[in-house]
Amino acid sequence: MNEIAAPRTLPRADTGSRMAIADCDIHPTPNSLAHMQRYLEPRWRRHLDTFGALRRHGCLGGSAYPKGSPGANRRDAAPPNGAKPGGDLDFMRAQHLDPNNVQLGILNMISPHPGGVQNPGLSAALSAGLNDWQVAEWTLHDKRLRASVLVPYEQPVAAAAEIDRRAGDANFAQILLLSRTAEPLGQRRYWPIYEAAVRAALPVAVHAFGYGGAPLTSSGWPSFYIEEMIGHASCCQSVLTSFIIEGVFEQFPALRVMLVESGFAWVPSLAWRLDKNWMRLREENPCLKRLPSEVLHEHVWFTTQPMEEPEESAHLLDVMEWIGWDRLLFATDYPHWDYDDPARCLPVPLSATQKAALFYGNARSFFRMD
Amino acid sequence: MIPGGIDCDIHPTLPGLRSLFPYLPEHWCEILDQQGMHELVSNNYPPGAPLSLRPDWRPEAGPPAQLAHIRSHALDPWETRAAICNCLYGVQLLFNEDMAAAIARAMNEWMARELLDLEPRLRASIIVPMQNPGLAVEEIERWADDARFVQVLLLVMGDMPLGRRVYWPVYAAAEKHGLPVGIHAGSAYHNPTTPTGWPSYHGEDYVNQAQAFQTQLGSLIYEGVFGKFPGLRVVLIESGFTWLPACLWRLTKFWRGLRPEVPWVDRSPAQIVREHVRLTLQPVDGPPDAEQFERFWEHMGSDALLLFSSDYPHWQFEGDTPLPPGLPNALARKIMVDNPIATYPRLKEVVS
Repeated sequence: MNEIAAPRTLPRADTGSRMAIADCDIHPTPNSLAHMQRYLEPRWRRHLDTFGALRRHGCLGGSAYPKGSPGANRRDAAPPNGAKPGGDLDFMRAQHLDPNNVQLGILNMISPHPGGVQNPGLSAALSAGLNDWQVAEWTLHDKRLRASVLVPYEQPVAAAAEIDRRAGDANFAQILLLSRTAEPLGQRRYWPIYEAAVRAALPVAVHAFGYGGAPLTSSGWPSFYIEEMIGHASCCQSVLTSFIIEGVFEQFPALRVMLVESGFAWVPSLAWRLDKNWMRLREENPCLKRLPSEVLHEHVWFTTQPMEEPEESAHLLDVMEWIGWDRLLFATDYPHWDYDDPARCLPVPLSATQKAALFYGNARSFFRMD
Repeated sequence: MIPGGIDCDIHPTLPGLRSLFPYLPEHWCEILDQQGMHELVSNNYPPGAPLSLRPDWRPEAGPPAQLAHIRSHALDPWETRAAICNCLYGVQLLFNEDMAAAIARAMNEWMARELLDLEPRLRASIIVPMQNPGLAVEEIERWADDARFVQVLLLVMGDMPLGRRVYWPVYAAAEKHGLPVGIHAGSAYHNPTTPTGWPSYHGEDYVNQAQAFQTQLGSLIYEGVFGKFPGLRVVLIESGFTWLPACLWRLTKFWRGLRPEVPWVDRSPAQIVREHVRLTLQPVDGPPDAEQFERFWEHMGSDALLLFSSDYPHWQFEGDTPLPPGLPNALARKIMVDNPIATYPRLKEVVS
């Protein structure tokens, strides 16, 4: 037997073709290192040419977990001028921003995020260079786009300095970290990042992915890319658990965190589990003074893509309601293969108010644009 | 509570390494003495921590959860017909596979002589040295004819994801003997307990058990374990269960998108789980009120998935009933009696 997965014929919620969309996860890609030259000092250009960039995984080229498509991109997202998918603003406008009426697009440069580079100087230089690149080649040319401050997150003091440099620059909407760091992100070594984020009045986005050195599961390395994709959801649960249990939000009451591309249907279960255990174990860490679910609801937001797909579509509504209609922000993940089309991604119709919040309003409030 | 229920997860306390000496070969008694090995207690359950032992089950002196305590705290009050003992001790922490095999065998002997022989309501899981799958198979074969051993016990955080083919001989042996494979919360601490490194707190470590179960489910399904061993049943123990629907929605969605990578997975992960996987009840990591719980039960998509467990003596619930609030009576019956019997072939004689 080999079950054929029938194409989904469920009625799709029509978002209305001209509805304003905020896309909180767009991936721009530098076309080559040569292209990046003007944003890096000569010594780091030479370093890259000579040694490459050492990371906490073995592949200088290729991938130990080959993806479902080249670069995990949509096969139709390669611009005809030879640029990489996500590498050409005009093509991105024509394929995604204009037809979907994207009024606000958040750029998350993760291919790859320079924070995972081991050489501390190179990690900081690449972060600064790619931040300049996002402004010079993207946000200055399209007012709908906002950049994310890339930081050398394994060196929190240098990361804080980069945040301070970008503070007040309206080209930047948030600070971008990856979920797979060397230690759980709630730990105190990362607190200078959050202190700087609060100082700059910028939220912190944690995008799934990265390689922090620990195996992708707490039982070692899995075999397949499909397991890596499943693992992002469980890893982000660990990240959120760390933020909450370590008392990060008690220490930084103004801090707001958004989890990007982590899925969200797991959030209610995790909140229930955290609450239950907090009742028993609170004496272990007195820093956490309130019910974890309250802290979570006050400080944490989630992007929608990749949206879990229940067999009974209505169950997704229960989950959205449990999380809160003001806490979910729409994202497409353009140009990646598991892209969510705003006109077709919702398995169930939402009310006009819910749609307006999910597709646009929540993002405008989150990024304080109203 | 339904009288005559089957409790699928209780934890007798092994009083200490010394209590295994009568069941260890002389060589190992001597070696352990020479090495000054007096204890092998896992960080998973620090004996003094609140979760490890409910306060009103803590004896005034001596080790908790001994046979007399089990009878008066866990068997008699709920009129339990049978209870499965899962002995949690640090054998999985060891790196020396010969020592692990000797201690696992001694634990099984201790279980048979000092609990199963004395209390007919008790059943047990076979402890195996997963440090070496060949030795684990030997241990399964050694106990396979003793019908009081009803499953094979593994930890959810080990050396490698459990679907990896190096472990398949263990599943072949379990399937051959009609033994479900129980995967219990806990770590061998051979890998960081989160995919992003070591957490700071015991409570954090415990919350993260649920994430480990999610990735193990993915590993077992995507590696094709259930296609290779169609008779295999897996029971997730002390795993929590409210994470399951969201996990299945994700496992199934990505299977639709990426199944060319794992072409042997010939049906949806949700369906595979309904056929092959069960979960124990406690800890109930559920919503705070019965109304939300009612909606949640719909998300589970089946009333056959959960098996009653008290998780005695761990502190998972208050008061006298281990069942969650507002559990419909029909579902309570399934969870307490029908589902365990359908899951464990060796429990059928308990009700006949």
